Amino acid sequence: MTVTALAPAREMLAEIDAIIADHLRLEGPLLPILHGLQAAFGYIPAAAHAPIAQALNITRAELHGVISFYHDFRDKPAGRHVIKICRAEACQAVGAAALSDAVLAGLGLDWHGTTRDGRVTVEPVYCLGLCACGPAAMVDGALKGRVSPEMLLAELGA
Amino acid sequence: MKIYVPRDAAARALGADAVADAFAALGHAVIRNGSRGMVWLEPLVEIEENGLRRAYGQVAPGDVAGILSGRVDSLGPVEEMPFFARQTRLTFARCGRIDPLDLADYAAHGGLAGLKRALDLGPEGIVAEVKHSGLRGRGGAGFPTGIKWETVARATADRKYIVCNADEGDSGTFADRMIMEGDPFSVIEGMVIAGLAVGATRGFVYIRSEYPDAIEVMSKAVEIARQNNVLGRVLHSLHEFDIEIRVGAGAYVCGEETALLNSLEGKRGVVRAKPPLPALEGFMGRPTVVNNVISLATIPVIFEKGAGHYASFGLGRSKGTMPIQIAGNVARGGLFETAFGMPLGVLVHEIAGGTASGRPVKAVQVGGPLGAYFAPAKFDTPFAYEEFDGQGGLIGHAGVVVFDDQADMRAMARFAMEFCAVESCGKCTPCRIGAVRGVETIDRIAAGDAGAVPLLVDLCETMKHGSLCALGGFTPYPVMSALAQFPEEFGLAREAAE
Repeated sequence: MTVTALAPAREMLAEIDAIIADHLRLEGPLLPILHGLQAAFGYIPAAAHAPIAQALNITRAELHGVISFYHDFRDKPAGRHVIKICRAEACQAVGAAALSDAVLAGLGLDWHGTTRDGRVTVEPVYCLGLCACGPAAMVDGALKGRVSPEMLLAELGA
Repeated sequence: MKIYVPRDAAARALGADAVADAFAALGHAVIRNGSRGMVWLEPLVEIEENGLRRAYGQVAPGDVAGILSGRVDSLGPVEEMPFFARQTRLTFARCGRIDPLDLADYAAHGGLAGLKRALDLGPEGIVAEVKHSGLRGRGGAGFPTGIKWETVARATADRKYIVCNADEGDSGTFADRMIMEGDPFSVIEGMVIAGLAVGATRGFVYIRSEYPDAIEVMSKAVEIARQNNVLGRVLHSLHEFDIEIRVGAGAYVCGEETALLNSLEGKRGVVRAKPPLPALEGFMGRPTVVNNVISLATIPVIFEKGAGHYASFGLGRSKGTMPIQIAGNVARGGLFETAFGMPLGVLVHEIAGGTASGRPVKAVQVGGPLGAYFAPAKFDTPFAYEEFDGQGGLIGHAGVVVFDDQADMRAMARFAMEFCAVESCGKCTPCRIGAVRGVETIDRIAAGDAGAVPLLVDLCETMKHGSLCALGGFTPYPVMSALAQFPEEFGLAREAAE
């Protein structure tokens, strides 16, 4: 392993700096910065930690505390598709547990797992606001109501 | 002829976009309205002719040509449908009726009339009007909105803030989402009036990331409001107010107001001890109004029609109307706005038609994941703050989740503890550790150790009294209500727990 292999690309660092700079005028800019980074890269690159800590005058420990607190933020890329299945009570009342069991079994995954080919990640979510048309799921950001396992797996072409 | 196809997230999740595309492909313009709240009929298309809007339910793209040619039967005029006709729509009066992003349409349906009146009333007059309306926080706590505003108005500081809590994480609730997607200007107008009342010039709407449609519509609405001087220099007066949309990051506890403020400031969403109240030391340590979406969206109609009109609805100290969300295993699920006081059983059976499965109702959970389960024996309870409190429950954000007789109440109690463990911010030991022990204790009961029941009861008492916020403090509600009403599912004889 060489140092050059570990060093983030210059383009990436430039993009990180640009995203940070874009948000610095906000009051309480950290969450908007983290959302911006995740939108750009699909996760929060470790290379962003030092520049954020410096720009906001916080310690890297504080920053780690924030990133790790929120379920949304990833420290590594997810699969190419992300399925979020609602586990909350209203969806449970219409079979959410059977739905998630079938999807997870169909993909050979546990919650938060990614298939070995990197194609799909399955995550739990607690309420998508589709409580009167459950069970509900989100596939790559698109909401789906009255979902069946077959529908979800078909969305992936599985 | 006008064609309405909702752009509400529930309608879209059930295929509304493809239906709108099918109308467009045949050369028709489509208005993407909010939802009428009859979610079981979504996508619910409306065709307006001669001022009458006829409804077509569960429309698929293949039905579109038939609707246009008259071959598909309509459900009749949408506002005469029984589920809709029985409602008293004050907060949701415009939702579904107008184009959500057409400010002229908003104004033509009573929008901005309240703001104009508020500008004339001035800060003290606004606070007096809100107090007179009897409006209480619709997020769940039920604190009088006028008193909160008065506290912030009387505080002295260089800056004050209005924060709209749109982190609607409770299962079974979607009223905030629906109003943001279907009538976003009502939320904006309510925030501007709050700003006038307390002397704040800046507001935030903190929307959960699970609501992409609400984020999109609110962001566009804020931009339109700026271009038309609803924001900025408010209606060309000397008052300034602007709004910024912020997005949460998947933490349920950020729906708690102090955790939300920490999150807005860019910190972990950890709950703060009160006092100091956010009204005195809120966002960035400044006096801050934190109100739920529905509280704020109700402000315009209070000023448009008068506080007395609003307060004339309701029951006892629960004044006005509540948008009740009926969800889960239910035949006719959706949003039903009505004056406080309707018995729970009427809502579940008459309005919502019982379960979708056709099986008997076993219990309903009212008020989200921290709300109590109500078995049919308690279905006489009128839907109102004090009345639910008297039955060991809470109305919370007014979500009602229906379960049929196949529900496993011990599993639901376990889930309540599991959810609390996943979402605990970690500040209070009874919540952070108690929730984990709660799961373990219910697992012991499931394995046949009925002797663990007193331990569970004791744990619930500790969580209830030893937690700063409602997450740890109210998780015992679903657990204890399940135990009290369904003791046999916890390995107890029925009379033992009663």
